[in-house]
Amino acid sequence: MLPAVVSVGTNGARIPGVGFPLLTVITLLPLITAVIVALIPRSRVELIKLVGVGGATATAALTAYLTYKFATGTAAFQFQSHHMWIESFGISWHLGVDGISLFLVLLCGLLFPLAMVGPTIHGNEKSYLAWLLVLETGCLGSFLSLDLFLFFLFFELTLVPMYFIISGWGYDNRVYASTKFFLYTLAGSAVMLVGMLALVLLHANANGGLITFDLVQLTSGNPIGNTAATLIFLSFAVAFGIKVPLVPIHTWLPDAHTEAPTGGSVILAGVLLKLGTYGLLRFGIFLFPRQALHLAPWLLVLAVIGIIYGAIVATVQKDLKRLVAYSSVAHLGFIVLGLFALTTEGLSGGVLQMVNHGLSTGALFLLVGMIYERRHTRQISELHGLQKSAPWLAAIFTVVMLSSIGVPGLNGFVGEFLILIGTFVTHRWYAVVGATGVILAALYLLWAYQRVFHGEPTGDNATMPDMSWKERWVMLPLLVAIVFLGVYPKPLLTRIEPSVNAVLARVHDVTGYTQPAVAVSTSVVAAAPGAGAVGSGSP
Amino acid sequence: MITATLTRLVAQVAPTGGGATGTPATGTATPPATGNTGAGFSGNLGPLQLPHVEYHFLLPFLILAGSALAMLAVSSLIRGRWPKGLYAGWTVVTALVVMGWTWHLWGQVVGHGSAPRPGPVAAVAGAIAVDGFSLFVTLTICAALILAALLAESYLPREHLDGPEFYVLMMLSTAGGILMGEANDLIVVFLGLEILSLSLYVLTAYHRRRQRSSEAGMKYFVLGAFSSAFFLYGVALVYGATGSTSLPAIANFLSSHVLPSNGVLLAGMALLIVGLGFKVAAVPFHSWAPDVYEGSPSPATAFMAAAAKTAGFAALLRILLSALPTQAENWRPIIWVLAALTLVVGSVIAVVQTDVKRILAYSSVSHAGYVLLGLQAATATGAISSNGLAGSAFYLLAYTFMVAGSFAIVTVVGGQGDSHHSLDAYRGLANRRPALALAFTILLMSQAGIPFTTGFIAKFDVISAVVTHGGAPDYVLGVLAMLAAVVSTFFYLKIIIAMYSRGETSAAGGGAAEAAAASPAGGASGGGATAVLTAPAIQRTIEIPATITIAIGICVAFTLAFGIYPAPLIHLAERAGLLF
Repeated sequence: MLPAVVSVGTNGARIPGVGFPLLTVITLLPLITAVIVALIPRSRVELIKLVGVGGATATAALTAYLTYKFATGTAAFQFQSHHMWIESFGISWHLGVDGISLFLVLLCGLLFPLAMVGPTIHGNEKSYLAWLLVLETGCLGSFLSLDLFLFFLFFELTLVPMYFIISGWGYDNRVYASTKFFLYTLAGSAVMLVGMLALVLLHANANGGLITFDLVQLTSGNPIGNTAATLIFLSFAVAFGIKVPLVPIHTWLPDAHTEAPTGGSVILAGVLLKLGTYGLLRFGIFLFPRQALHLAPWLLVLAVIGIIYGAIVATVQKDLKRLVAYSSVAHLGFIVLGLFALTTEGLSGGVLQMVNHGLSTGALFLLVGMIYERRHTRQISELHGLQKSAPWLAAIFTVVMLSSIGVPGLNGFVGEFLILIGTFVTHRWYAVVGATGVILAALYLLWAYQRVFHGEPTGDNATMPDMSWKERWVMLPLLVAIVFLGVYPKPLLTRIEPSVNAVLARVHDVTGYTQPAVAVSTSVVAAAPGAGAVGSGSP
Repeated sequence: MITATLTRLVAQVAPTGGGATGTPATGTATPPATGNTGAGFSGNLGPLQLPHVEYHFLLPFLILAGSALAMLAVSSLIRGRWPKGLYAGWTVVTALVVMGWTWHLWGQVVGHGSAPRPGPVAAVAGAIAVDGFSLFVTLTICAALILAALLAESYLPREHLDGPEFYVLMMLSTAGGILMGEANDLIVVFLGLEILSLSLYVLTAYHRRRQRSSEAGMKYFVLGAFSSAFFLYGVALVYGATGSTSLPAIANFLSSHVLPSNGVLLAGMALLIVGLGFKVAAVPFHSWAPDVYEGSPSPATAFMAAAAKTAGFAALLRILLSALPTQAENWRPIIWVLAALTLVVGSVIAVVQTDVKRILAYSSVSHAGYVLLGLQAATATGAISSNGLAGSAFYLLAYTFMVAGSFAIVTVVGGQGDSHHSLDAYRGLANRRPALALAFTILLMSQAGIPFTTGFIAKFDVISAVVTHGGAPDYVLGVLAMLAAVVSTFFYLKIIIAMYSRGETSAAGGGAAEAAAASPAGGASGGGATAVLTAPAIQRTIEIPATITIAIGICVAFTLAFGIYPAPLIHLAERAGLLF
């Protein structure tokens, strides 16, 4: 039996912040704020905003503090908080953070206040902010949970607020989009829940009846049978695949993203999609190494299809927001490609790219939202020459767009490059085909930019106001992060790499698979193509 | 009266238990005074010896029946109207006393702490099983009674129907349900079933000025009578095959004898399942449910949905698990098919409904499927603690509060005449009554099985039980149940969408299907439909009486509190074991 609060890593390393349940506070603070917001009378809009944004900012500060206190060089789960919750089902309140979840938590902390402050809220501010705060708890809880049941609870919890945000504050087709979003994701998690139960029960049967939903305990002990594990892995893959989304099951995404209000789109693209890729890594590869290894080619195929398909469909979109939505399909394809390459570079790149995509696509949705606020249209054909009337907007859009394309010097490049290296080593042709996605990204984004911003503005386009100071301040943290990560990604990579290597070590332990001995460090130079003979040597 | 009949019947039936003893072999001390030692198949019963009656075990039933009759007697002796709320107060107090006594019995039989207890016992010559399960069911049905009484308190005066009869019938019905829950003999099950059902038929038709109510009562009565006949014929066939109606005696007989041909037994078992399947509205015996739910006065619907289903399942679970465990390989496939059909049909048909009461009726049909899931897994033998019986018991308790809360809101929104039940009546509810809309949202989300509600824990419990059970068909059933939950989420969302729609033509585009579904004509399309829909909904003011506020508050609080911290309830349900 574990003591009530465990604040040391599993390797015994002493972690700062002993005794203070930092992760519990981070997870629950937004929820508490939401309750407070809900109790304030609706007429006191300013107070509501102050409390709501204040709560989200405080959470952001705590996540920053968490990042600061995070011990580098260890793959252990840190700041663990462990209490039994439902004893008879072996369910516990078990939170912990490692290099994989750390920056996603930080990203959550950053994006939520921006999504609250940035766009203008049309309608009831109180409920909107309250739902966003509930959503933040759901997201943070999902990233921090080390208990499958707890993860599932938070994973499902994200649906409800997002559903209400889209259906309450979205655009014309919002009812259809929100219902579709809800049902798609719910269908996936329905299958996952059965898989989860099967896993727990089979694990219990294989380990003397020890019922536990604890991730750490599930990965230890006797493994379950291969056929069952494959089916369970598939059930997880379907649930996360819908969330990512992988291509045949992606159709909820364009609708949901397009119809959601700006703040909702930012969170949807920036954070919620990452639940899928995070889940694939944490509860797919880490929990089922053998099955992940065997089925990796299939997922890689879907990822590559996603990259190409997303890019092509994005190219022909007439709606700017829909274009960005489809670009997400392509970018998330990259992340899945990196994860299932099963190399240090691919995984690190995948995790890093989760953060990068959150930053750049979140920023893109904010910018598209600003354009819509001014012009009340998202049709590319109706926008023209905005560069003249709104130079600030154009400039910032350029930077964000380049980051999304993956231009060196900005964050997108680092992630995509690592992913492509990592994939090239093990699955050469997937990397080659995937790399064309970078070119296509340049095609659709630059073409869109050209149509929207270049030329002489006419009519409403000529009189469109530029960004306000508030909006510039909102974009500033994102721009800083975009440039910083592009120039100096090392602080992230040094924290991500140990955890990623721990995942690979587990893959090795279970299956005997060793990743090819190329580019063990994340140094970008080490990627000489010829060195990538598959299966040669050990690290 | 009823008790006297009961004990007489039992006394006649019990000694014929296959020549063996009529009392179950539970290992607990059975009263020697049952006087069935000398009786055999000789046909010479000798002087009728009444069994020893442990009245304190029967008190829950006696209090309710007595209180009902006392209310009827007193109210017919006293002229004039009673002070407002007295009938409901009487009913609630009665139910609370019963719950208190049941809790006391729980302490005696199961134990509140971890201290060892004598364990479950069979009382009244083995006709009544006083075990964790029957006490749990008693508590659940009493909770339903309290909630329904709170609803009726303001509903009946609103509809000009006030009087003691409604409460008397509900109390009698509750007594019948309790009897079904603790019946350890098929005859007693039948008695309980009839006491429950006869009161319910009248409750259904109680709204005299509403034609639908009478129609529903008639329909329920005719179909209910048929199902009772099925059940009784099933009892007869099982008796013919095994020589006893006592559940433990049947089990003993079947475990010690090999039947050369078991056709009669199987037919009897099938008929028992049909009879009770009707009562719990399992597909394909569900066809009465939507009409009856829709036609009944809303408080009666709340009561019926919660109590009748709980009682029916209690009997079904006990009969199949106590009396026919040896036939599990025969009834489990039947239950599998019933569960699968109930889940799928219930949730799919609800999708196309436009009347909230009907939607909830079909959703309550699909809920029956989940309880059947627990039954399917209830014979699980494994090291895993999660078991189907506890899952079913928990589900019934959680369901009682969800469904009673939901119908409480339907009662309120239904307004004068109990007539505003279309989705249209719910349009824009969030603007007019935000708290009411939020409460309904929470209850619907719970019914859909969204986390942090009891509905999720309940679904989780039964599905984990069925998955534990192990075979491939069980996994299929688990997946089917989850997919049915997704489908059912769709129509819960439909109600939620209606409540939160701003009353503009929001559903014109992609929501055309939704708008068309919500239209009373059903065929009007898009914007036109919504324009028609929004107009009348906004004018009507919705009054929420205090008692209904309390009822809704209890349901929401229960749903959320035990959704977040379910451990105590799960613990309770896990100890709600069967005697035998």
